[in-house]
Amino acid sequence: MSTLLQIQEVSKAFGGVQAVNRVSLDVNRGDLISVIGPNGAGKTSLLNMVSGFYHPDHGRITLDGADITHAAPSRIAERGVARTFQNIALFRGMTVLDNLMLGRHVHMKTGVLGAFVYWGLAQREEVTHRRRVEDIIDFLRIQDLRRRPTGSLAYGLQKRVELGRALALDPKVLLLDEPMGGCNHEEKEDMARFILDVNEEWGTTVILIEHDMGVVMDISDRVAVLDMGAKIADGTPDEVRANPEVIKAYLGDAKGTTERRHG
Amino acid sequence: MADTMTLPRYLLRNARQFADRPAIREKDRGIWQTYTWRQYHDHVRDIALGLAALGFTRGGKLSVIGDNRPRLYWSQVAAMCLGGVSVPVYQDSIAKELAFVLDHAEVSVVVAEDQEQVDKILALKSQLPALRLVIYEDPRGMLQYRGADLKSLDEVEELGRRFAAEHPGHFEREIEQGRLDDVALFAYTSGTTGTPKGAMLTHANMVETGQTLAKSEDIRLDDDWLAYLPMAWVGDSLYTLVVNLMVGFTVNCPESPETVQRDLRELGPTAVLAPPRIWENMLTGVQVRAADAPRLKRWVFEWSRAAAERAEILKSEGTPVPLGLRLRLALGNFFVYGPVRDQLGLRQARWAYTGGAPLGPDTFRFFRSFGVNLKQVYGSTELTGLVSLQPDAEANPTTAGRPCPGIDVKIGERGEVLVKSAGVFKGYFKNEAATREVIDRDGWFHTGDAGFLDPRGHLVIIDRAKDVGALADGTAFAPQFIENKLKFSPYIREAVAFGHDQPFVTAMIAIDPNTVGSWAERRGVAYTSYNDLSQKAEVRRLIGEEIGRGNETLPEAQKIRRFLLLTKDLDADDAEMTRTRKVRRRYVVEKYAPVIEAFYSGRDSVELTTAITYEDGRQGTLRSLVHVQDVEGAAVRV
Repeated sequence: MSTLLQIQEVSKAFGGVQAVNRVSLDVNRGDLISVIGPNGAGKTSLLNMVSGFYHPDHGRITLDGADITHAAPSRIAERGVARTFQNIALFRGMTVLDNLMLGRHVHMKTGVLGAFVYWGLAQREEVTHRRRVEDIIDFLRIQDLRRRPTGSLAYGLQKRVELGRALALDPKVLLLDEPMGGCNHEEKEDMARFILDVNEEWGTTVILIEHDMGVVMDISDRVAVLDMGAKIADGTPDEVRANPEVIKAYLGDAKGTTERRHG
Repeated sequence: MADTMTLPRYLLRNARQFADRPAIREKDRGIWQTYTWRQYHDHVRDIALGLAALGFTRGGKLSVIGDNRPRLYWSQVAAMCLGGVSVPVYQDSIAKELAFVLDHAEVSVVVAEDQEQVDKILALKSQLPALRLVIYEDPRGMLQYRGADLKSLDEVEELGRRFAAEHPGHFEREIEQGRLDDVALFAYTSGTTGTPKGAMLTHANMVETGQTLAKSEDIRLDDDWLAYLPMAWVGDSLYTLVVNLMVGFTVNCPESPETVQRDLRELGPTAVLAPPRIWENMLTGVQVRAADAPRLKRWVFEWSRAAAERAEILKSEGTPVPLGLRLRLALGNFFVYGPVRDQLGLRQARWAYTGGAPLGPDTFRFFRSFGVNLKQVYGSTELTGLVSLQPDAEANPTTAGRPCPGIDVKIGERGEVLVKSAGVFKGYFKNEAATREVIDRDGWFHTGDAGFLDPRGHLVIIDRAKDVGALADGTAFAPQFIENKLKFSPYIREAVAFGHDQPFVTAMIAIDPNTVGSWAERRGVAYTSYNDLSQKAEVRRLIGEEIGRGNETLPEAQKIRRFLLLTKDLDADDAEMTRTRKVRRRYVVEKYAPVIEAFYSGRDSVELTTAITYEDGRQGTLRSLVHVQDVEGAAVRV
């Protein structure tokens, strides 16, 4: 398998806090990788650097061989990196359908003028994109929610819509920041199913941050563990589970860092 | 066209006669996708031949599990084309029920809608020795599934096309071999009493019942029908499979179970069948929206509603509607009734049925007064789903309608409804003893329902026959009939009527804490708990009035004379009810023996000691002095 995303020795500090410290991670095409670690381990910061929200102080990130270390988020999105947020970031007053159509934005070519005239190119384009969005609606089983404003939906469903918007980008790499946080058992199961199906059937590469160890160990091909900004383990779920460093980070050592699964 | 043909022959006819007419639609990706009768036929043929290639032979059993989908209907017809039996199962069955039915029916092929259903079946595989093949409709998530006994429906159709090239004419020859008395469908009864039983229905049962329905009701070729009720329910098989094949109208499958309401509105079907629960939900929806509307709109709504209800009452009494009221109706139709019907997706419905359980008269009248031709229908699985229905001019909330032409109904011992028709099933599969219990020597099917024929010739169902008793003076006493009248009141959640071998009828009532609670709040009656609320004098008076209203529609001997309000709701956890909220009569009679004693000894209070089970499993007792109340206007005759 070829490497799709290469993270090389990246570091990021905020003031005196070293959030991410020389972390490297190679992600192969079609992988489903989970990044785990206690709160404040630097997981979200790492994701933010991949999606271009932060730029690393040191190190290099390449996607498909192209350097994206200092690229703007919009450029990175155009190259096929989509993400969801820990705290849902949907347009609450807009319908599910509109939020998803917005996810197609990077693929739309009609200019302001063309869109104003609408008939012709813009209309054809809208139909094409709507078709893709309908596939996603079908995939996520949210046919009954098309016209509902996202703000009125239950939390678990908002998470699902947010995944849908990320999928609307037709991403090569999907970054999911705690897609199951705050969900109940059934919603978690559904979400795990969707993530697996995206990965298996559409071949989308997935990087997942998640606290629920059951889900992580169950669905991931590989698990990378961060602690205090540094990567302490990287391997199959079984390897990671058996790694003494990981056990120490999670279960705490003499200094008393305790397990926090639902932070 | 022969008068009666097997279902597959109707398919061949439709493919010739209605080739380019829409047969079935499915909403997919937000768009109604149409399949013509020719396409319907071709898919059925390909699936059938694919099944033949995979070893499905005459007498084989094929099960479908999932939501209403064209391809699941086609699979059922495909099995019938090969002389096989379709065994639709409820998609929300729990594993135990599912295993029982699939095993009992000796199902060899299951067509499952999606991965979720496939998983269910695969988990049961070890318990299903007859099962040889699982076919899935939606390939989503199935990538990792392997096995020679697992195929997608697309693969099966492809196999079928190859098989057709090697065996030309096979499909038609198989259909040719079909006989009217071949079993076409196993309809499993839901099993409220013991294990489910598989009613065997033949092509003749279904086709002749279909013809009966088509003769009694206005069904047209250009009708639109929404198929949203479970495929395992005989009513869906009758209408969506049988009558559709016979008449050739268009069946529409909703996008998902959650979108039914919206799809209904979008489609505007020409006929609708729904259980009471759905009519009640629709009415509540309308009322909530009316209550939330701005004052002017609300006023217009109420003004029109009042007019509609008054007119409906006049009409049912046969009194002519005065001109002024007619004018109000015309305005109301334009501003209110029409738009409401449109919102509910009932604007184009020429007729609508309710059946399966009693529907409250208020709900019934609401829909009728708003111009929905709502009528009652009665049937049972063993009778292919049809016994009687109400002609347009005779719709009313109390009867089950007039027995359809060709269906003989008589009342047997203990008031049991007996039926003889072409729809009487062949018997329960592998259960000769149960069959003999319900079909007598002369071919009458014993429905187990107690009822009578009213002077108009309408069938009235009052209760399950085994619950019907007699008052001390010999008058028949049907507890459920009385309880249903009481439960039409929004304040009464549960009711248990007593009277067997007693001089008069009494009832224990469990109030609905929500409606009674808000009623009490509006009147400034303070209360602390269910127990407290139920024993307020004001609440006793309220329920007394409600019972008095119920009494108005009851024959003199069956009027409720005395009642008491329970200090807690009847509960399945306390074994007073089944999980499906049916009263366990024998147990309740034992448990509440002191209450019954108090009712009939004329005492005006009774100490009620009830063992209650808390949600965490702890047991406790609740002891309280409960008033026994006489119902006003229905004093005890001594």
